[in-house]
Amino acid sequence: MDKDKTKNPNQNSFLMHILTNRASSMTLAVILALLFTSLLVWIMKVNPISVFDTILSGAFGSTNNFTQVIQAWVPLVLASLGLMFTFTAGLWNIGMEGQIVMGSIFSYGIIRIFDGSDVSSALVIILCILAGIIGGAIWALLVGLLKNFGGVNEIFGGLGFNFIADAIMLFLVYGPWKPEGVANGSTKMLETRFWLPQVEGTYLSLWALGIAIVSVIVVTVILQGTYFGLKLKAVGKNNKSSFLLGIHTNRYMLLAFVLCGVLAGLTGALQVTGFNHVLRNNISGGYGYIGLMVGMLANIQPLITAPIAFIFIALSKGAAGLGIDLKLDSNLAGVIQGALVIFVLIMDGVRKVLNKRNKGVQSG
Amino acid sequence: MDVEVRNIHKTFGKVHANNNISLTVKSGEVQGILGENGAGKSTLMKILSGFISLDAGSILLDGKEVNIASPADSVKLGIGMLHQDPLDFPPFKVLDNLILGSHEGMIPNRKKVRQEFIELQKQFDFSISPDAYIDSLSVGERQQLEIIRLLWLGAEVLILDEPTTGISAAQKLQLFAMVRKLSEQGKAILFVSHKLEEVGALCTQVAVFRQGMNVGQMRPPFDNDKLVEMMFGKILTRSDKKCCAQENVNIEVSDLKIDDARLPIKNVNFCIQKGEVIGLAGMEGSGQGLLLRALAGIIRPTGGHLWLHEENGSKRDYVGKHYFDFKNEGISFLPADRLDEGLIAGLDLKEHFILAEKQNGFFVDTKAALQLTEKRIKDFNIKGTAENKVESLSGGNQQRAELALLRQPLRLLLLDHPTRGLDIESTLYIWSKLKQRCSEGASIFFVSSDLDEILQYSDRILVFFGGKVSKPLDANGVSVDQLGQLIGGRGWE
Repeated sequence: MDKDKTKNPNQNSFLMHILTNRASSMTLAVILALLFTSLLVWIMKVNPISVFDTILSGAFGSTNNFTQVIQAWVPLVLASLGLMFTFTAGLWNIGMEGQIVMGSIFSYGIIRIFDGSDVSSALVIILCILAGIIGGAIWALLVGLLKNFGGVNEIFGGLGFNFIADAIMLFLVYGPWKPEGVANGSTKMLETRFWLPQVEGTYLSLWALGIAIVSVIVVTVILQGTYFGLKLKAVGKNNKSSFLLGIHTNRYMLLAFVLCGVLAGLTGALQVTGFNHVLRNNISGGYGYIGLMVGMLANIQPLITAPIAFIFIALSKGAAGLGIDLKLDSNLAGVIQGALVIFVLIMDGVRKVLNKRNKGVQSG
Repeated sequence: MDVEVRNIHKTFGKVHANNNISLTVKSGEVQGILGENGAGKSTLMKILSGFISLDAGSILLDGKEVNIASPADSVKLGIGMLHQDPLDFPPFKVLDNLILGSHEGMIPNRKKVRQEFIELQKQFDFSISPDAYIDSLSVGERQQLEIIRLLWLGAEVLILDEPTTGISAAQKLQLFAMVRKLSEQGKAILFVSHKLEEVGALCTQVAVFRQGMNVGQMRPPFDNDKLVEMMFGKILTRSDKKCCAQENVNIEVSDLKIDDARLPIKNVNFCIQKGEVIGLAGMEGSGQGLLLRALAGIIRPTGGHLWLHEENGSKRDYVGKHYFDFKNEGISFLPADRLDEGLIAGLDLKEHFILAEKQNGFFVDTKAALQLTEKRIKDFNIKGTAENKVESLSGGNQQRAELALLRQPLRLLLLDHPTRGLDIESTLYIWSKLKQRCSEGASIFFVSSDLDEILQYSDRILVFFGGKVSKPLDANGVSVDQLGQLIGGRGWE
């Protein structure tokens, strides 16, 4: 056999190697995203280096900045983890935002009940978190039921329930739950005894941080080590085959929604008792949507959501200073995040196409 | 037109799909190309038709070297390829589909095309309406249409890639007649197949491919044993037909009625004995699939009974029960489209075995699963590892994996085209495993469009025609001819 004559030129190419290797192609995607943002910034006649410098010091420049990043990481990572369940089951839970809102409404509602009573505050906080979980789960379950029994695509269902949740929120904060005298889209502040304990001089609650870290571990174990996780994955990859293999596909899809709702509700509850200490409009902070991006970037690996959520939050928080220092809009962080997602998806697509081409279609 | 390929090489990653292949087909020849799955047949055909490019080597038409860079190039040079799955546009009308592939002017001359289409059809006794919608045609008709289209585009070299998969016996005869006529007209024909009978009946010479190489040529009379030996590098023997059917009734179907908008089925009556193999014959879409799915519990019958008989003589009606109840009774269904409704693309073999086994606690015992998977891979001779994603396996290995996933014990195994697209070795292997299940008392009920397969393996045969179901026929007392008549709609009262 004359092997030399038939050497595949593709295999020797350095570029081909980078593009077909997962780690290097992802690194390349990040570099491209940064170059792309630099180009945008450069067009606006600002030095890209100073932009990244501002963002870095905005996120990590002081203890105060850093604790803010950590504090904001908690809701984002929780939201992203919730979406791991629905992503695994092949579902797009756009309704995450509304589920966070309902979680916060439920948890604030519980605290209102005990307002002024002498029930132990620890108990109230626990009840408040549980109520948030229930609120989020119910809101997610509705989307799932509508999909399973009404044939309504979860994207539209979720979007619809987001609007309803917002409407309920507005009704409450401008209606029955508005503080006396003023109507500013927010309820009155919680009694401090219902706050999750915070680190002196910061908004950071170690309890919330602990809950987030435990959640990362629990979700990872559930999705990667249990029958439940494997079945969910099977349903997401091929519903029909899973059913024929004997999996109750509808049940698993509903459970994916409920578990996602549980984490959404938890996020909402922590926003109330752990950080905002009021119920207010836009309390969900867009974490449900950013979580979708994090989930996509993490490629449905729960462990990886933690660092990715961290990078996203560092970008957002760090970019807050852009307006002051460089007269740029702080939404530039959103541009960087979006560029990251798009370039990662592009490079992922390129990698898959190349790998497929190299492997060839085994034909007979 | 004469076709010659010289020293063709093509590699996909590590796989050397075509290794120094040379082949000459003269005008008027019907060149058979035999080989098992993955032997490199389709690769060479795709190179000739411009779907993939060659790494090294040359292609000569009438002695002149040509460069084929795209399917359009190959059509222009007069090479037409009929793919395994027809490349047409189901929502289009026949005529529009034809016009779509032509390059003559901006505004198509429908009248002229229609006339030409009708004349071409007449040559071969086809009767496809130019105004029919493609999705209303059968697989066989779509194939006829595609060949007509290639001829209309001026094909002088015709490549037929496994053309007899999925078409009826009658359509096969028509196809063969057409091929003979085309070769008389001086066309060069490349007939790719892994069915020896077809190659023997049709070809004027045969080349055998094995592992990407052309391992030998033969002219008639063909020595089948020699050909098989060339294909596999060893001699395969068909197992003798062995009947495992027992006296005991396993499942009794009485007055079964299935409502289907297109093809309602009613008055189905028969018994399935333990260990028996029943083959379902008929043109595709004559109702076999519906009955198969009804027996699997996937489609709910609207009337009648499905009695499951017990050892002690009692029986239970299963009509209307959930699919999972059927599954728990040991009734299993293996679909024709394995990656669509059998296996889960994206999961590996190990994960499949975990899912198919009974759940044991909350956490997955990966180590035990790995052991089980490796044992099954060995038992079922699957070429792959526990970490291989199922979509990376070949069709034959996917089917082996499906058999390996089945639970113990089985009452009834329902198979839709169990060996479609598999090479001879895999086919024999699959059937040896199925027969083993029969000897353990399971009954087998299978649909196939390959009459030889049905006659070879069935104890009894049900024939379907337009939703009608025949009485069970004894496979030993029926000939291919009789079956062909029934399938074609003759001999029904």
